[in-house]
Amino acid sequence: MHYDERLDGPLPEVDKAALLNRLRRDLPDLHVLHRREDLTPYECDGLSAYRTVPMLVALPDTLAQVQALMAIASEEGVPVVARGAGTGLSGGALPLEKGILLVMARFNRILEIDTEAGTARVQPGVRNLAISQAAAPYGLYYAPDPSSQIACSIGGNVAENAGGVHCLKYGLTVHNLLKLEIVTVDGECLTLGSDALDTPGFDLMALFTGSEGMLGIVTEITVKLLPTPPRAKVLLASFDSVENAGQAVADIIAAGVIPGGLEMMDNLALCAAEDFAHAGYPRDAAAILLCELDGVESDVDEDCQRVRAVMENAGATDIRQARDDAERQRFWAGRKAAFPAVGRISPDYYCMDGTIPKRELPKVLAGIEALSREYDLRVANVFHAGDGNMHPLILFDANDSDQLHRAEALGGRILELCVAVGGSITGEHGVGREKINQMCSQFDADEITCFHAVKAAFDPQRLLNPGKNIPTLNRCAEFGAMHIHRGELPFPELERF
Amino acid sequence: MGDQAEALLERVRAARAERRPLCPRGTGGKSHLGRPVDGEVLDTLGHSGVVHYDPSELVVTARAGTRVSELIATLAEQGQMLPFEPPLFGGDASVGGMVASGLAGPRRPWAGSVRDFVLGTRVITGEGRHLRFGGEVMKNVAGYDLSRLMAGSFGCLGLITEVSFKVLPRPRASRSLQLRLTGEQARERILNWRRRGLPVSAACHGGGLLRLRLEGNQGSVDAAVAEIGGEPLEDAHYWQKLRDQRLPFFDGAKPLWRLSLPPATPELDLPGTRLSDWGGAQRWLKSDADADTLRQLAASAGGSATRFSGEEPEDTPFHPLPAPLLRYHQTLKARLDPNRIFNPGRLYADL
Repeated sequence: MHYDERLDGPLPEVDKAALLNRLRRDLPDLHVLHRREDLTPYECDGLSAYRTVPMLVALPDTLAQVQALMAIASEEGVPVVARGAGTGLSGGALPLEKGILLVMARFNRILEIDTEAGTARVQPGVRNLAISQAAAPYGLYYAPDPSSQIACSIGGNVAENAGGVHCLKYGLTVHNLLKLEIVTVDGECLTLGSDALDTPGFDLMALFTGSEGMLGIVTEITVKLLPTPPRAKVLLASFDSVENAGQAVADIIAAGVIPGGLEMMDNLALCAAEDFAHAGYPRDAAAILLCELDGVESDVDEDCQRVRAVMENAGATDIRQARDDAERQRFWAGRKAAFPAVGRISPDYYCMDGTIPKRELPKVLAGIEALSREYDLRVANVFHAGDGNMHPLILFDANDSDQLHRAEALGGRILELCVAVGGSITGEHGVGREKINQMCSQFDADEITCFHAVKAAFDPQRLLNPGKNIPTLNRCAEFGAMHIHRGELPFPELERF
Repeated sequence: MGDQAEALLERVRAARAERRPLCPRGTGGKSHLGRPVDGEVLDTLGHSGVVHYDPSELVVTARAGTRVSELIATLAEQGQMLPFEPPLFGGDASVGGMVASGLAGPRRPWAGSVRDFVLGTRVITGEGRHLRFGGEVMKNVAGYDLSRLMAGSFGCLGLITEVSFKVLPRPRASRSLQLRLTGEQARERILNWRRRGLPVSAACHGGGLLRLRLEGNQGSVDAAVAEIGGEPLEDAHYWQKLRDQRLPFFDGAKPLWRLSLPPATPELDLPGTRLSDWGGAQRWLKSDADADTLRQLAASAGGSATRFSGEEPEDTPFHPLPAPLLRYHQTLKARLDPNRIFNPGRLYADL
């Protein structure tokens, strides 16, 4: 899935030596890597199956350097790919051979915690978890917690609109932001949003969140902090069928309870997690549900009783409430270790990220099982059940090229299944490079054309992260899934790249 | 009633061909907001109805012309709600107008904005295409988030025809109180309650009284009421009246200004009579003061000032944008609505 100029559009030819000279002359203090051995560590992000060595890596320390670098890139017509901690799972920070990789890791300071307003002003390279740690002494925390939170950067979270296990109650990244400072493609500064709860004009902050570094470079972020819930309790319920577990999820919501977290694991996933983390999961269950209820003590107690009754009615074979905080942490440790645990039972795994309406779960799981047999690869299912975000993990051996191809094909089919039942190809990992083809099955040519129009408003030369997130119509035509209206592609006069 | 998307699409295509501006309109309750537009009214009320509602998914999809009162009633039957408490000026609103204006009621600081609950939209673009963005799932990061961009865009980027929302269960218990406090005392108390996780869901200060609503499960609400004290709020419909601007405060000829300020902003020396909603983050002001004065006051506190209503027209009711930001608004508008058919000039003269 390397950048393909035939399908993804031509990239400008840039003289690396001349560009390096100009950067050294104009920005003598900017740290630039250019030797092959220095560039190689940046050849991939968390999706390590895709690797491209960038032309140059820039590691700015100051806003002025970012502005000047973007101004030069615009003037010279050089593509720029922004990167945070490089933990993304969709190849959103996959470099370009003909581009600069702009690494924001040195923007790593927490600038201010305003305990009265309940906000933190941070630089984009700050780690997600570091915000909550810095806020903890004030009884505050930053709610979105992607599983990579010890390593992932908040700038990357904004670029991907990252989620986590608490989204149903606390929302995605976009729901927990107040303000973004942006450097545009030509080096201008923009403030999107404000310290107030709303801002005049279009909601460009929402548009930029999840735009995968294709509309501008995030240089500062003001996030909302929430008071740490005084109480959290976890129920672990076992089911002898996935259908019953799915029914319990629907019934909990229908009973008017919004859990802080509601996670499902199927037998393959929960056994792997149990072997790895010794969380106390029942190995004989077809599926387990982890339901966390948080808030003030009396509300949590009330809801615990309600959820317990609902789970029993839905056919839970066993329900355990974590007796203390240590057991609660242990229940969660299994879930949080599910990916590495699956990594132990297979040489490689490929993590999918589709979302579906929750009612479609039994149908989709049955579909995945059928596909798993068809492609002769095992699939373990981990599911953010509360918000419909599935993470099927496809087990394969990357050294066997046939297995790798089957894994990719199986993954694509699973995503198409999610779209077919009214879901999405990505709930929180982003499209990046990984799902660029599947975009053509979720959106028709008119919608993709509209996305390109938005892109052109902010980056007419398409220098920011080209080849990610939004496919060209040419790619969709080649991929074959393009929805064609009335037998013809729209805007036949437009160039297709 | 029903699905009139094709008819709306034809209207937009005709307007596009002739470059005639259109003013999308639902119940018209918010038509006084923004600048007047010289265009043909495009009535969306016929395109109405709840398309899909599954309470256990916490998702509802409704056409733009659906009355918000009807949507609220449909949700209430299942014990659910639109958490952002949309205002029903003049008694009702349409779903399209609710989203296009992005206005929210007293629960906003604690529950979230209209945009926060938008999951997907169908939109007719300036190119005369009927497109779908987002969907009926909670998490969806495929493509740019054009759905949320539509919230608060005042119909300037396209015609919203259908919207999917995340909804939430109604709180099991709700109690309202009033306490005699100064503005500064109220501010400090609200901060303290927030730190301690008390279930405040509305807080409005005016005339020396803090009115407060507590919502949650029975136990936490009872405990909070016992702790906070005060008296029961006399007017059982206070929050709806505040939401819909039916309180006596909103009467009278003086222009009404809306200041959106950072939460926890201290008392400001504002020229006029004040009502401080959203725990202080949204301050209503009846004032004859000139726009620049009020905007400077709001901006220096990190917020903005919008002229909400008044008898004399105001050329720039919305707080002006910095020049670079306005330029990007213009390029975005030009890309999505190249023939300028959707509410040109409604937000700003040059947009």
